[in-house]
Amino acid sequence: MIDVTNLSKRYGDKVAVEELTFQVRPGIVTGFLGPNGAGKSTTMRMILGLDAPSAGTVTVNGRRYVEHLAPLREIGALLEARAVHTGRSARNHLLAMAATSGIPRRRVDEVIDLVGLREVAGKRAGGFSLGMGQRLGIAAAMLGDPKVVMLDEPVNGLDPEGILWIRHLLKALAAEGRTVFVSSHLMSEMALTADHLIVIGRGRLIADVPVAAFVAQAAHDTVRVRSPQAAELRDLLVGPEVTVSGGEPGLLEVSGLTLQQIGDRAAAAGLTLHELSAQQTSLEEAFMTLTRDAVEYTAAPTAGDVPAGRNVR
Amino acid sequence: MTAGTLAPRTVTIPAGARVTWWRVVHSEWIKFRSLRSSLIMLAATVVLLAGLGLAFSTVLATNPPEPGTPSAPGGPSSLDPLGASLGGVNLAQLLIGTLGVLLVAGEYSTGMIRSSLAAVPKRWPVLAAKVTVLATVSLVVLATVAVLTFLGGQRILGEDGISLGGEGVLRAVLGAAVYLAGVGVLGMALGALLRNTAGAITSLVALLLVVPGVTSLLPDSWSDAISPYLPSNAGEAVMSITSSSDQLSPGAGLAVFVGWLVVFVGAAIVALRRRDA
Repeated sequence: MIDVTNLSKRYGDKVAVEELTFQVRPGIVTGFLGPNGAGKSTTMRMILGLDAPSAGTVTVNGRRYVEHLAPLREIGALLEARAVHTGRSARNHLLAMAATSGIPRRRVDEVIDLVGLREVAGKRAGGFSLGMGQRLGIAAAMLGDPKVVMLDEPVNGLDPEGILWIRHLLKALAAEGRTVFVSSHLMSEMALTADHLIVIGRGRLIADVPVAAFVAQAAHDTVRVRSPQAAELRDLLVGPEVTVSGGEPGLLEVSGLTLQQIGDRAAAAGLTLHELSAQQTSLEEAFMTLTRDAVEYTAAPTAGDVPAGRNVR
Repeated sequence: MTAGTLAPRTVTIPAGARVTWWRVVHSEWIKFRSLRSSLIMLAATVVLLAGLGLAFSTVLATNPPEPGTPSAPGGPSSLDPLGASLGGVNLAQLLIGTLGVLLVAGEYSTGMIRSSLAAVPKRWPVLAAKVTVLATVSLVVLATVAVLTFLGGQRILGEDGISLGGEGVLRAVLGAAVYLAGVGVLGMALGALLRNTAGAITSLVALLLVVPGVTSLLPDSWSDAISPYLPSNAGEAVMSITSSSDQLSPGAGLAVFVGWLVVFVGAAIVALRRRDA
C-alpha cells in the first residue's frame, strides 16, 4: 500500500509535482501514466525517500519509508536511470545490496535466476545492454521479497520476450497480494498490464480510474460519413445522444449511432452516401487527448526551414 | 539470455532482515573489495609508500649530508633516517585521498548512491560504514607497509640507521599510517560534499598542498598562527621525532588532525541527510 497525500515538489521556481493525492492498493497492478516530464519519476523518488517533498506526505505500508527497519522487505524499486556501479559485477552488486539487510546469499542466486542473468552475473554491470540493466534492476527490487514492488519504466530497452515476461511477472506479483506500481508513458502497454490507472500531467493528477473504465470511455467509436448532402444528413442524425461534427465539406464524424442506424436513416430519406465507415479511437489517442494540455515538451509546428523546437520551460 | 518464468521462491527471507550497523559495514566491505579500481589504488599507495621510502633511504645512505647541515625544520625530511623511510608519504597521500574520493563520488557518477540509500534510508550509516571500511583497511595495510619500509630503510642505512625502539620512532612510523588513512577519510568526506570526482580531488590537493603553500606567503605573524593547524602540518607533527617551535606536539597534532576529519565527515553527513539524492 502506498499513500500519497497532497504531495508537492518544487525545484526552485519549477513545479515538478503539485498537490498529488492517490493511493496504490495491494493485489492489483496500478499503472502510473503520464507524458515525459510529468513528474512520475520525481513522485517515485519521493515515495522511496530519495527526494524530500516540498509539501505533503507519502507513506509505504503505513509509514514513511525512512522509518522502516527492514526497507528491502517493504518495497523493492527499479528507478529510471541505472542505479548500479558500472565497475561492479551483477552478483557483487546484489550481494552488497542484500548484505545491508542480512538477506542470504542463496536469495541472491535465486533472483539472478528469476531475471535470467545467470550467465552474465559475474560480468561488470557497465558492459550490460539496457535490457540486461533493467533485468538487474528488477533482480535488486525483488531481493527482499517485498510487499510493494515499484518499477519506473520497466519495459524500456526490453525485447518483446522481455516485455511479455515483465507483464507476466507484474500480474503474478499482484496475484500474490502485493502492491504493484509501474510507471510508463505508453498507454497501450498499461492497457495490457494494469488493472488501475493513475494518470498525471505537469505534476497534477488527471485521472485515477480502473483501466476498464478508462478504456470504455476512450473507446468512443465514431462513424465517418461522406455525402454530397451532408447538411441534410446532419439534421437527420443529430439527437440528444448523438453528436455530429464536420471537418471538410461533405464529411461528417458521427458518434452515438451505429453504421447500420446511419445507413438505414439515409436510405429512408433518400440521401446519397459515398462513404460509411467505422473509426476507432486508439487508447494512445485517448491518452493523448487526455494529457494534451499537460504535455510539457511539445514539438513546435514546423514552418519552412525553421527546425522543430522545444517549448522553453 | 532467457528469463525464467516466475520461479517459485524457495529461499525465505528471515523476518529479522533488518538493517543493522554491522550489516551496512559488511555491505560496504563487499562494495570495497568488488571494485578493481579500489584495489588498484590501494596497491599503488603501497608501492609508492614503500618504493619511495626505500629509494630515499638509498639516496641518504649513498650521499650522507655534510655534518652540521641543519635538517629541514619540522616534519620528516629526507635528510634524516626516519624522514627518508617515510619519504613516500607526500605522494602516497594523493593516491589514498583519491581512493577515498572515488569510493563516494563514484556512487554518485554511476547512480549507485540511489540503490545504497534506498537500501539504507537512514543514510548516515552508509557514509559512516564507508569511512569505517576504508579507515580500517588502510590503517592495517599501511601500518604494516610503513613499519616494513622503515625497517628496510634502516637496513639500507646500516649503522647510520635508527631503531624502531627509539623515542617516538614507532609512534612516528605508525603516525604516517594514521595520517594516510585520515587523508583517505578526508577524500571520502569531500567526495560526499561535492558529489563529483574531479572537484573533490582538486579540493583535496588544494587543501593538502596548495593551502599550506599560500599560508607560508602570509606575513610571519599570520603564517605562524595558522600554519601548524592546517591538516597536512598537524598530520606531519604526528610523524616526526624532531620538535620545532613552528610545529604542534605529536599529541596536539593528532588531536587537530582528527578534529579536521570530524568537521569534514560531520559536514558530509549533514549534507547527505539534507540533500535530495
